[in-house]
Amino acid sequence: MKKLLTVSVLGLAIAAASSAHARDYDHVRIGVDVPYEPMEYRTAEGELTGFDIDLGNALCERIGVTCEWVEQEWDGIIPGLMSRNYDAIMSSMTINDERRQQVLFSDPYITMPSAWFAPSSLDISEANEETLEGKTIGVQRGTLQDNYVTDNFSNVASISRYSTADDMVLDMEAQRLDIVFLDFPIGQSTLLESEEAEYVVVGERISEPKEYFGDGFGIAFRQRDEALAEKFNEALAELQEDGTYDEIFTRYFGEE
Amino acid sequence: MLDISAWFNDLLAGNLIFTPTTLGYYWEGLVTTTQLVFLSLIAGLILAVPLAIMRSSKRKWISLPVYFYTYVFRGTPLLIQLYIIYYGVVFIDGIQETFLWPVLREAFYPALIAFTLNTAAYTTEIFRGAIKATSKGEIEAARAYGMSQSLMMRRIILPSAFRRALPAYGNEVIFMLHASAIASVVTLMDLTGAARFVYARFYAPFDAFLFVAAIYLCLTFAILYFFRFLEKKLLAHLRPQNT
Repeated sequence: MKKLLTVSVLGLAIAAASSAHARDYDHVRIGVDVPYEPMEYRTAEGELTGFDIDLGNALCERIGVTCEWVEQEWDGIIPGLMSRNYDAIMSSMTINDERRQQVLFSDPYITMPSAWFAPSSLDISEANEETLEGKTIGVQRGTLQDNYVTDNFSNVASISRYSTADDMVLDMEAQRLDIVFLDFPIGQSTLLESEEAEYVVVGERISEPKEYFGDGFGIAFRQRDEALAEKFNEALAELQEDGTYDEIFTRYFGEE
Repeated sequence: MLDISAWFNDLLAGNLIFTPTTLGYYWEGLVTTTQLVFLSLIAGLILAVPLAIMRSSKRKWISLPVYFYTYVFRGTPLLIQLYIIYYGVVFIDGIQETFLWPVLREAFYPALIAFTLNTAAYTTEIFRGAIKATSKGEIEAARAYGMSQSLMMRRIILPSAFRRALPAYGNEVIFMLHASAIASVVTLMDLTGAARFVYARFYAPFDAFLFVAAIYLCLTFAILYFFRFLEKKLLAHLRPQNT
């Protein structure tokens, strides 16, 4: 009984300490992996822009905090949050159970399917174990697409893992890769609109099974920063209510 | 055999990061790293011997081009050289249609080429230094015997230069092993690539990188002991005799 009491008192103390801590935020640093067009990228002038960036800035403005974007390569983005290099991650991160054990997610702010992209010369209508046999698949290291492809196709195909989606697109254009597996909008803006060669989407857009593809993109926080996450959730709801969200959405994805 | 794998599975039970699958990645990484380093060192060594001889020539038109080559490859980071060779070649128009493409397409060969050219540049300079340090007396003696330039190179200068170069070359081998850690930026699953994969998948930087650091350490010690052994054998005549 005494032990239980100690534990709960300790728990209360930690909760109190962390909420006191959370109130301090008037300057929020947000980690982002650039480039990932159209979600986050730099314009020709070097300005940081994209759906995540615009929405993030709108959220910060609504909450009344100043936001600073911190660039971080994808494969170290969660460890970077843990080691306090920034306070949140807003970088097209899909909410799933594996990541939920590490970080605290906001409500999902957008849902994006993944898809297979290949040059039209590859000439397959569906990606499965038979059609991918002996092919070279490109994925971005540490993404859920990486996990999905690694678990399902690593014994029939060879997998090339890239630090950035840009390197992967470059190697696709160089014909080093037969097929890539990407977030649909990224593939759309980098490959389908490419002038180099003709690319097509192979098969359906994929957002099942949930254990890989999760529940949409969320903003990630450290587990203890519940108050901060709550503020972002409230602001997100408000932006969706007053039409700001729709305006930003249309800016990057058109009317859909 | 079955017992061993059962024992192995027991050993790893309840451990999220070091599963048979991830250990498989580390093994694959060890094989790739070893191949890459070993092959580039062999090829670099083969290139470096004639280059070092050219580099120590008194004729400017022979030594200058080699000097330029070693200057460029020692003066720029290996990572940049790798980027240029891997991502750069695809900008050569029509490269995909040539006979070179099947080789350049795989990440392994551009990496091997970059590593080879880099280590050859350093090895050339190491050998040149050793050749230059040949004592004048030996050369005069060889001349007095009427040896031709090439015979003198083969019998007198090179053997003693190789022995002198050995400790410095041992260092170069270890540097090369460590430099090979950049291979994963061009999608190769080398040791570092395996560690980065495990890190990204399980968000466990310490486990992933400490484990791989231990493997690199073992490899380094193996190289160190190999060169100690070689030095002991080949430089035996230089050690003080304790009679």
